[in-house]
Amino acid sequence: MAMLHTINKSPFERRTLDAALRHAVKGSGILLIEDGVYAAFDGTIVADKVKAAMADHEIYVLGPDVSARGMSEEHVISGVKIVDYDGFVDLVTQYDKVQSWL
Amino acid sequence: MKLSILVNEGPYQHQAADTAIQFTKAAVAKGHEIFRVFFYHDGVNNGTRFAVPPQDDRNITAQWTALAEEHNLDLVLCIAAAQRRGILDENEAKRQGKDGNNIAPGFRISGLGQLIEAGIQSERLVIFGD
Amino acid sequence: MAEPWEDEPEGPVRKFMYVNRRAPYGTIYALESLEVVLIAAAFEQDVTLVFMDDGVFQIKKGQSTEAIGVKNFSPTYRALEGYDVEKLYVERESLESRGLTTDDLVVPVQVLDKDQLAALMEEQEVILSF
Repeated sequence: MAMLHTINKSPFERRTLDAALRHAVKGSGILLIEDGVYAAFDGTIVADKVKAAMADHEIYVLGPDVSARGMSEEHVISGVKIVDYDGFVDLVTQYDKVQSWL
Repeated sequence: MKLSILVNEGPYQHQAADTAIQFTKAAVAKGHEIFRVFFYHDGVNNGTRFAVPPQDDRNITAQWTALAEEHNLDLVLCIAAAQRRGILDENEAKRQGKDGNNIAPGFRISGLGQLIEAGIQSERLVIFGD
Repeated sequence: MAEPWEDEPEGPVRKFMYVNRRAPYGTIYALESLEVVLIAAAFEQDVTLVFMDDGVFQIKKGQSTEAIGVKNFSPTYRALEGYDVEKLYVERESLESRGLTTDDLVVPVQVLDKDQLAALMEEQEVILSF
């Protein structure tokens, strides 16, 4: 499998999500953690970008970071998979390697 | 699977250390081997036993120490980064002529080569930072 | 002289990529990343350095830091060749969007477009980004 990209920056403040998407080959995974989870919610100005990226990538969001920020599953873009820390570990092992877009 | 973890931020300022702790706990619980946790940049501040967070806050350093004790983890602070930021063990304090040391139990100080070695020996390296 | 913690470990040669995405001086990441690359050179791994996003500013010519009171570490990039670190890549889009060309850089680099860079990243075994 290709690589897993993790993104921990809010897409409203930083361009990290764009940097990751620009370099993510088809089939690589995108995991949103920490402030990166704000990219996972529907109805925002970045939601269309994330939906478009779903054609080429599985997109995951770290559930504990979603709940911590007052959001829940109903806000998450349909098709974005919610994982917990166990799921995070599984993704790290399933994909070949990890690139953290700090 | 054999995993290593790199922590590049200090505790409290950024969520990186908290995420790294949760990830490490989950990985260990799933039966993975943690080859090493390496602390670089301000991440070395995870390893001072002199931090005293408020009682109703989590104690991140104590969490690392507990994890190290429970699971025999190798927690390594980069020596160059630690010296810049005033994190010392007994040896380094003596070598640098300082009047005390502040490294927390479960941590050790060593060189950047330990990070490269972790990259070579581990099947995955996961980085947490800002 | 090699310190004991810099002993070379036994192990296979792996493909390491160092991803530099931050400007120098505003934060310490660029300098401490360079320190990792210098140490890593002793391990005789397959090393690739990439400069993208604000990381291209790290190798901008003509850095003069006297007035900010910080050491100018940009000459060190020119020394990398002596450490057998010869694969330096810059992303075309990052360079162009910042109004720079390769003539502005302190070291010779290969310019890759974003898709070539993405493919190169996929070839790596360990990616270190700070």
